[in-house]
Amino acid sequence: MALITDFLVQGGQMLLILLLAPLLTGWVRTLKAQLLRRRGPSLLQPYRDLLKLLRKEVVLAESASWLFRVAPYLIFAAIWVAAALVPTFASGLMFNWTADLIAIVALLGTARFFLALAGLDVGTSFGGIGSSREMMIASLAEPAMLMMVFTLSLLAGATELTTVARFMLAADVGLRVSLALALLALLIVAIAENARIPVDNPATHLELTMVHEAMVLEYSGRHLALIELAASLKLLLYISLIGCIFAPWGMATAGAGLPAYFIGVAAYLGKLALGGFLLALFETSIAKMRVFRVDQFLGVALMLGLLGALLLFVSRSL
Amino acid sequence: MNATLPLQTLLESGQPVAEHRPWPRIVVTPEIWKPLSEGLANGSWTLLGLWGEIGMVHLAVWEALEGFYIASLPCPNGTFPSVGRLHPPAQRLERTIADLVGLRPVDALDSRPWLDHGRWPVRHPLGSATAPTSPSPPYRFLPAEGESLHQIPVGPVHAGIIEPGHFRFTANGEAVVRLEERLGYVHKGIENLLQGASLEQAARLVGRVSGDSTVAYALAFARAVEAATETEIPARAHWLRALMAELERLANHCGDIGAICNDAAFALMLAHCAVLREEVLRASAACFGHRLLMDCIVPGGVATDLSAEGATVLQTLLAEFRRQFPPLVELYDNTASLQERTVDTGFVKPVLIQQFGSGGIVGRAGGRAFDARRQPGYPPYDELKFEVPLRTDSDVNGRVWLRISEVRQSLALIGQILERLPSGIVRAPLNLPNQTGEGVALVEGFRGDILVWLRLNADGTVARCHPRDPSWFQWPLLEAAIENNIVADFPLCNKSFNGSYSGHDL
Repeated sequence: MALITDFLVQGGQMLLILLLAPLLTGWVRTLKAQLLRRRGPSLLQPYRDLLKLLRKEVVLAESASWLFRVAPYLIFAAIWVAAALVPTFASGLMFNWTADLIAIVALLGTARFFLALAGLDVGTSFGGIGSSREMMIASLAEPAMLMMVFTLSLLAGATELTTVARFMLAADVGLRVSLALALLALLIVAIAENARIPVDNPATHLELTMVHEAMVLEYSGRHLALIELAASLKLLLYISLIGCIFAPWGMATAGAGLPAYFIGVAAYLGKLALGGFLLALFETSIAKMRVFRVDQFLGVALMLGLLGALLLFVSRSL
Repeated sequence: MNATLPLQTLLESGQPVAEHRPWPRIVVTPEIWKPLSEGLANGSWTLLGLWGEIGMVHLAVWEALEGFYIASLPCPNGTFPSVGRLHPPAQRLERTIADLVGLRPVDALDSRPWLDHGRWPVRHPLGSATAPTSPSPPYRFLPAEGESLHQIPVGPVHAGIIEPGHFRFTANGEAVVRLEERLGYVHKGIENLLQGASLEQAARLVGRVSGDSTVAYALAFARAVEAATETEIPARAHWLRALMAELERLANHCGDIGAICNDAAFALMLAHCAVLREEVLRASAACFGHRLLMDCIVPGGVATDLSAEGATVLQTLLAEFRRQFPPLVELYDNTASLQERTVDTGFVKPVLIQQFGSGGIVGRAGGRAFDARRQPGYPPYDELKFEVPLRTDSDVNGRVWLRISEVRQSLALIGQILERLPSGIVRAPLNLPNQTGEGVALVEGFRGDILVWLRLNADGTVARCHPRDPSWFQWPLLEAAIENNIVADFPLCNKSFNGSYSGHDL
């Protein structure tokens, strides 16, 4: 019986994030529109867009190989699995023992690898530009992310998220410099990885400035729907991750009753809403940076992560 | 360098044309044409326009002290000595003459077609207008060769809703090695439609050469017609025309400031500027019956008078603008991430600006103090107090600040006009003299100086009319502005120029 409940809860979480992801994207878009004194689309618009794309036929470039057709499924699968591993409303779920931060980084890296290949595959100049820029960003964002992981694992003694969350909930954590540095590093990486302003602009129509959008320019129909959904999932993943590590309050523990789960879901939704609001606010108040400034921006994240890890070698109490 | 004769002395040996106003038009020989081109090349005078008609090419030049002249060279053999060989700004104009009229520049450095992409049903539509016999060869882009160089073709259809134009980048990774433009996708055959059109039709056509500067085009056309027919128009019409021109400048500069910031993904500025621009358009519609003020200026005066309520609407607009605009300037100035993008981006060498005689924002942001409202000048600007803002930084930031300064000047001008608007009628009948007449006018639009030259038939229809957009001398500089920049900064440079495709392609 316990097994079935566990299974249901785990399955429920996987479905929940899949359903919530477009809503989060819609939430950020609506907020951004309202900050610009516009009315903005309905919160449900991303669902309608996905439905529309799923119904449309796929137009393939003549030069597209099998890789171009397979890549959207691979990307979507990798990101969905990665997002499902992050504890959202409850920790200690059935598969949470696999929720290793390094595994999540690896899954995201795989998805990016295939997206960059797909961008190159059709042989258009924009796909090539996008892929080359994406790899430049990734080559700095991934080490920064790993340094952040090392800081956490030095503190919590594990790279597994449930353990990390439990450690952070413990009373004796307190305010630590290394954690603040790790949080900053993670925020910068999250902005870069999700192609948000100031690194990339998800709403741009200027083909020469695109990074993520340039890679997926040739996609259409259900392929594009999967890629869009994967992008929404990735945003949800990062906000969940920040919530799970740095604000794990309200999260239900393994085997807790139904009321605890309800509180967990409510707290999780609150965290997503707040995360989306802060993102919209930040994006509205800043201009996009020059492409060659991105390395300095991400270099800061890398240095912060490194500093956080080094501080812990100096003293475990920092 | 040879000492150049003064322009007037040089042109004295030519034959002046009688019915051409207000500047002299002089029929010259190839012996005068050559030193004229050399004078352009060594910077003694500035090229204002170069256009053709069957059997003749016309060259408009300006010299700071001696003024404006048009030199016409008859081409009995269908050829004329190339100006572009000595003076690069003339190259695209010559290629256009070869495409439209069929007159061939001798010894030209670039013999490729420019506006004619081989898709028209006729060749030389303003000349022989024959059906094309053979398909034209594919267009050769200028080569840029080297290891690790790659080409990025952009356009003519873009991802955003903008006009069509093709840009061929040769890049080394992100760094741009060469940019070559290819324009002509929105050629509408306006000059052809103008031939034989009635003045009423022609005014509407010229007002639609480039929709965003419809007031400036209509004004230039009306002034050229009035010059050709020696018509005096009422004072109130002059003042109302200036009012419309400043409203147009206000709306467009405001939109451009927002759009430039939006290209750096700072949508906040665009949102606020778009609201301001909309307020101007609504006030225009309330006062004159058209948001963009299309067809409000007609030869002989203006089509609609400003009512007392209209003046109140404009006063409210001014007050509103003066309240809302300064915080936006502050926002631009205080957003470091935005300044980071605009400062030092898209620098144009002032030497090139002088050589190309670029007007408008591009010219004045690079130290070229030319404003058609001052030189040649036209009423009522001689009675109004205003400054011509000038900067020397010549980058995207400089062009944004110049627009900001010009918005302030336009606000002050509108205030003065509303205060001192003379009363009386707003339209006078044209003084059609039953003989051919020629007129020319230079008017300051929001992009720069617009030249309109025309010849009227004795029955009052248009024999030949040539509107020259300021973008002709700005587009080539965009190719230079992107040098030493990266591919991703091109949209920002392009928007800070905001050249007209439609006005250029005609």
